Amino acid sequence: MTTETIQLDYFDILFAGIIILGLGILMAYYRLGVTRSLAIASVRLVIQLFLIGYVLRFLFEEDKEVYVAIIAGAMLLVASREIIARQKRRLKGWTGFGLGASTLFVSSFAIALYGLFVVVRPEPWYLPQYSIPLLGMIMSNTMSAIGLSMDRLTSALHDNRAIIEQRLALGESSRQAILPYLRDCIRTGIMPVVNSMATAGIVSLPGMMTGQILAGAIPTEAVKYQIIIWFLIAGGVGFGMAAALKVIEWRLFDERQRLRLERLD
Amino acid sequence: MALSIRNLQFLDWKDINLTIGDGEVVCLVGESGSGKSLLLRAIADLIVSEGVIELDGTERSSMSSLDWRRKVGYVPAEIFWWEDAVGAHFPKPPGKQSLESLRLSPDCLDWNPSRLSMGERQRLGILRMLDREPVFLLLDEPTANLDETNSNLAENRLLAYIQERGRGGLWVSHSS
Repeated sequence: MTTETIQLDYFDILFAGIIILGLGILMAYYRLGVTRSLAIASVRLVIQLFLIGYVLRFLFEEDKEVYVAIIAGAMLLVASREIIARQKRRLKGWTGFGLGASTLFVSSFAIALYGLFVVVRPEPWYLPQYSIPLLGMIMSNTMSAIGLSMDRLTSALHDNRAIIEQRLALGESSRQAILPYLRDCIRTGIMPVVNSMATAGIVSLPGMMTGQILAGAIPTEAVKYQIIIWFLIAGGVGFGMAAALKVIEWRLFDERQRLRLERLD
Repeated sequence: MALSIRNLQFLDWKDINLTIGDGEVVCLVGESGSGKSLLLRAIADLIVSEGVIELDGTERSSMSSLDWRRKVGYVPAEIFWWEDAVGAHFPKPPGKQSLESLRLSPDCLDWNPSRLSMGERQRLGILRMLDREPVFLLLDEPTANLDETNSNLAENRLLAYIQERGRGGLWVSHSS
């Protein structure tokens, strides 16, 4: 069963944009200093989504492995840059970018490939209609979690240097000395996903499922995809974050388990 | 010979040589910001340094940093507490007599650290370090936050530990 979808035109988007305009005025009234960011983000959203719309249309029509790889690579580069941009205290040089990119690559790509080969099994396996949205959803969530947890951990290590050194001085290992901060970071990164999973279908209808239903899909089929997506996202977020925090720990402590904050900007 | 330092270098400090024998305490006096605390942190292997440091003839580089830090007891100028109860910071919580000898309440081990005064933090910090039975003491103004009576008690406790057990100590202070 599919129902006919309502075709939206540019005026419909404009009407929705009125809400953002109202929000911007409210932000300006309270002098929150985010009006400019909201305006930039809204313009970026429109441009980026229209661009990706055309790119995806091209990809679906061409259906070539190499184009999928190029898009995936571009997504990885942009996401890695976003991770670094969100850091208050970055690792010096290219290390921070490399850390974000490598952990994002390992977690998102591994989970997306698992999803494609084992769970969804499209034919061919890289079919852009499946591989790009799947990778995109896993990567965007993983990117947020990696960025947030990295930022929290580097800030925690910087702000609590004296406590960490005192714990080391008492003979604790670097892992013991930073364990409370690690736990806090993992909790911070994973809890949004856990909460979303726990309330999905009750408090909110998840975005992808809603999109499929609006596009005319049968709700029970859309639900199956949403469940799969959430499981894959949880895996990407959890493994990506664990890898990123491990690399930070490895980078900010040396072989003598000394805290090396000079490696941060 | 308790501690021997040869050609120690860290940051802008070059070629520091120092030998402190068993039962001996060397006091290093200098202005604030002159690098006294950095020297202690370098010896405790908390910051990067080069040179040879030996404890009872064993080189620092030949043992793990964890073993080394358990052997050198470092008391920083400002003591921090991170667990919910003071007693959780001690592997073997000190007895009533030990606490009372530094004019500390026997119940203080059950307290939340936020309840401790600066002086109590300092005195308990000394006990926290001695509890681990280090073979050499690195003391960064350990009595700076104490009144005269408590300062004398803490000083006597540290010196007794060093002399009775034949340990060594390096005591830094901004005043003699």
